[in-house]
Amino acid sequence: MFNIPSTEVLIQGIMSGILMGCLYALIAAGLSLIFGLMEIVNFAHGEFLMLGMYTAFWMYTLFALDPLLSVPICGAVLFVLGWATHKAIIRRILGAPMLAQIFATFGLGIFLRAAAQFLWSPDFRQVAKPLVQGPVKIFGISVGLPQLVASAASLLAFGFLYWFITKTETGAALEATAQDRQAAALMGINTEWMFTLGWGISSATVGIAGAFLASFFYVFPYVGSLFGLIAYVTVALGGFGSIPGSLVAGIIIGVIEVLSGLLIAPAYKYVAVFLIYLIVVLIRPQGLFGKF
Amino acid sequence: MATTETVERTPPAPSGRRTLMMALFGLLVVATLAFPLVFTMPYHRDLAIKVLLFAMLAQAWNILAGYCGQVSLGHAVFFGAGAYTSSALQMAFGVNPWLGMVIGVVLAVALSQVIGYPCFRLRGHYFAIATIAIGEIIHTLAINWEFIGGARGLTLPIRQDSLAAFQFHGTKYLYYYIILAMMAVCFYVTWRVERSRLGYYLKAVREDADAAQSVGISVTKYKLIAMALSAGFMAAGGTFYAQYLLYLDPDSVFPLSLSILVCLLTVVGGTGTLWGPLVGSALMLPLSEFTRIKWGGTGSAVDLLIYGALLTIMAVFQPAGLVGMFRRWGRR
Amino acid sequence: MALLTLEGVTKRFGGLVANNNVSFTVEEGEILGLIGPNGAGKSTLFEQITGFYPPTAGRITFRGQELVGLRPDQVNRLGIGRTFQKVRPFLGMTVVENVMVAAMQHTHDPAKARREAVGYLEIVELAEKRDVGARNLSIGERKRLEMARAMATKPSLLLLDEVTGGVDQRTIPTLLQLIGRLRTQQGLTLVVIEHNMRVIMSVSDRIVALHLGEVIADGPPSAVVQERRVIEAYLGDAFVVPTVGDGTGFAGGTGR
Repeated sequence: MFNIPSTEVLIQGIMSGILMGCLYALIAAGLSLIFGLMEIVNFAHGEFLMLGMYTAFWMYTLFALDPLLSVPICGAVLFVLGWATHKAIIRRILGAPMLAQIFATFGLGIFLRAAAQFLWSPDFRQVAKPLVQGPVKIFGISVGLPQLVASAASLLAFGFLYWFITKTETGAALEATAQDRQAAALMGINTEWMFTLGWGISSATVGIAGAFLASFFYVFPYVGSLFGLIAYVTVALGGFGSIPGSLVAGIIIGVIEVLSGLLIAPAYKYVAVFLIYLIVVLIRPQGLFGKF
Repeated sequence: MATTETVERTPPAPSGRRTLMMALFGLLVVATLAFPLVFTMPYHRDLAIKVLLFAMLAQAWNILAGYCGQVSLGHAVFFGAGAYTSSALQMAFGVNPWLGMVIGVVLAVALSQVIGYPCFRLRGHYFAIATIAIGEIIHTLAINWEFIGGARGLTLPIRQDSLAAFQFHGTKYLYYYIILAMMAVCFYVTWRVERSRLGYYLKAVREDADAAQSVGISVTKYKLIAMALSAGFMAAGGTFYAQYLLYLDPDSVFPLSLSILVCLLTVVGGTGTLWGPLVGSALMLPLSEFTRIKWGGTGSAVDLLIYGALLTIMAVFQPAGLVGMFRRWGRR
Repeated sequence: MALLTLEGVTKRFGGLVANNNVSFTVEEGEILGLIGPNGAGKSTLFEQITGFYPPTAGRITFRGQELVGLRPDQVNRLGIGRTFQKVRPFLGMTVVENVMVAAMQHTHDPAKARREAVGYLEIVELAEKRDVGARNLSIGERKRLEMARAMATKPSLLLLDEVTGGVDQRTIPTLLQLIGRLRTQQGLTLVVIEHNMRVIMSVSDRIVALHLGEVIADGPPSAVVQERRVIEAYLGDAFVVPTVGDGTGFAGGTGR
C-alpha cells in the first residue's frame, strides 16, 4: 500500500508542498481574518478565489497582462466584491441563527460558481505563456518557477497582511473590533467600517492569491470548490482567527498533500489532508493556535 | 427554524376557511395518489418520483438541521451508505433488497453515531466543515474501493417485476407508490416527533444548547438521536434509489452536490417546518428541470444560479422559508 | 443541614485568578446572597457549581454528592436550577414552550407539561403572555421567564444570577416578593447574586461577600454590611445601610 519513493523525489515533493502551502496560507488568511472579526465563515471563499483567477485570466487574454502584473487589479476587483458582499448580505445576518449564516454565504458561492459557468462556460482555461515559466533549481532541487514565484509572493503578501494587522493603527482597530466589538465601539471605532474593511481586505487577499495561482493552475468555474475546502481545513487547523496559524497550517497541509500523494496514491491526497484535519480538530477544537 | 411567524398563536381560522383548507388538502392527497395513473409518460413519472424521494431526503436532513439546528453539509454519506449496503449485499450474497434496506439503515445509523459523537463537540461552523471533510473522504474512498465497484459503480441484476425483488419494469409506476409510502412514513414520524417531548428537546438544543443543559437536557444524547433518525431515512432513500435506477456509482450517491441539494430544498421550503421539505422539492426540482430544458447546454448553470440566489435570499430574508411566507400571507 | 458546600474552590483562566479558595455552605431553606463588585467571581462560581466549567481546584458537594466532573444537565437533574446573568430564553419558542421544555424533565406528556408550565408562569405573573414569542418580551419579563423555566425542573436549590439587572426599578418590589414566595411556597433554597444592595439586604438570610475572587465576609446582612473590608471593597461612604435587625422588608419574611 505504501510506496517509498527515492529521497530526491521525496525532498522535491516536500519542497513543492511547502511552496504550495504558502499559497494555501494566503488563501486561508482572509478567511481567518473575517472569522476573527465577526465569527462568520465565508462559505463562498473558494468562489472568490475562482473569481480572482478569472480576473487574472481575462486580464491576460484581453490585455496581455501577465497574472503577476495584474495582482493589483485582482486585489481591487475582489476588494469591491468583498465590500459589496458585506453591505448586501453579511451585515444582515450578523445576529442570525447559525443556519442562516452558513447558507447565506453558501448560496452566494453556488451563485458565483454558476455565474462563472454561465458566462464563461465550464471549459478549463489556462494562461498559456506566463511571464515566469519552466523549472528552476534551488539547493539542487528542481521546482517550477511559477510555483516558486507564487509562493514567494504569497509569503510577501502574507507578511504584509500580518504587518498591517499588527503594526498599523487601522490594523489595531481591526484587532480591537475582533476582540471585543462593544468595547471597540465605545473607544470610537466605527465597527461597521471595520467589518466592511475586513471583508474587503480578506477578499483582496484571496483575489491576489488567485492571480498567483492563475500563473500555473487551470482556471475553471469549479476550481474554487477544492481550494475553498482546503482553505476551511487550513483555517480550522491553524485556528480560526489566528493569521500566523494559517501559515503554519497551510504549510503542513501542503506537505501532507504531497507526501500522501507520493507515499500512498494520488487519489488519496486529500483524504489524508482531511483525516489529519479531523484528528487535530477533534482533539483540539480550537486548532493549533486559535482563540476558541 | 421557527421565527416569530410560526410562534405567535392567532385565533383559529374561521371554520369556513378551515373547511376550505381541508378540502384543498384532501384534493392534493387525491391528486398525489392519482398522479401516475393520469400522467403516464415516463418523464413526468420520473420527475414526480424524484420530487418525492428528495422530499424524504430533505425531511431527513430537516430533522437534524431544521429541528435540532445541527447543519450537516455531508449528509450524502448516509444516502450512499444505504444504497451501497443493500446493493452490495444483494450482488455479493443475494440478500433481498428489503432486508438490505433494513441492514443499510442500521449501518447508516451506526455510522451516524460514530461521526456524531466526536463531531458534535464542535461548534456550528466547525461541525459543518467537518461534515464536508467526512463526506469528501468517504466519496474518495468509495471511488477507490474495488469491492463496491470503485468508480465504475454497481449495476444491479435485473429481475422480474415483483415487490419482493423491489424491481419493476413494465409497471414502473409502482415505484411511485413505494416512494410515496416511504415519504409518508418519514413525514409521519417527523410529525410525531415535532409534537413530542423529543421534538421540544431538539428545538431547545437548537435554540440554546447551554440553556437546554441548564434544564436537564443532555445535549449530546439528543443530537445523536436526531442524527440517527436523519441517517436512517437517508439510507432508506438510498436503497430506493438503487433499486429504482438499478445502477449506482460514487459520483451519483456520495457527491457534495447531493448533500447541498438536500440542504437547499429544505432551506427554500422552510427549515424546522413539517412541510418545508416537500414544498421545496415540489417547487425547486421541476423548476430545475424546466431551466435545463429551456436553456439547453448552459441550462445546468442557470438552475444553479437560481438555487444559489434563492438560498442566499431565503437565508437572509426569510429563514422560515416558503412555508413561513405562506403562513404570513395566510394570516393577513 | 448543608445543602451545598464549596470547599477551597479556585478557578484560574490562564494567568487570571477568578476565584481563590472560596469556601462556604448553603443551608437548606435559606436564602444566601452573593455580593461583590464586578469581576469578583460570583457568576464564575455559578458556572462551576452547575458544571459549565470545572474548578481548577477545590470541591463542590450537593447533598453530599460531588458535583465536579458532572455535566450541566446532570447537575440540573440532581436538583440545581439556575438563571443566567445575560438572560437566555429559547427565543424561537413561545413563553409557555420555554417552560414546557423544562417541565418535561419530570412530565413527559406535552399536554400535561403545558398545564404545569402555565402554573409556573402564574407564579412569575407571565401567564397572560403564554403564547407570545419569547423574543417579544422585555428584559424584566425574560428574567421572570427564566425563573419560571428554572423552577419547572423542580430543583431543590435555585441559583439566581442578577435577576434585577437591567430591570425597571418599579418592578423590583414585585421581584422581591417573588423571591420570597419561591422559598416559602415552593420550598426552594436560593443563592442570589445581586448588585442591587437594597434587594440583597431585604431578601437574604445570610450574605457571602466576594472581592477579587476571595471571600471577604460571610454572615447575616447586618453584620456583613458593617464589615470594614466589604465597605472598602465597594460600598463606599455614600451608602446608607438600613440596619434593620433581621433584614425583613418584604412580605415573604426572612426571620427565623
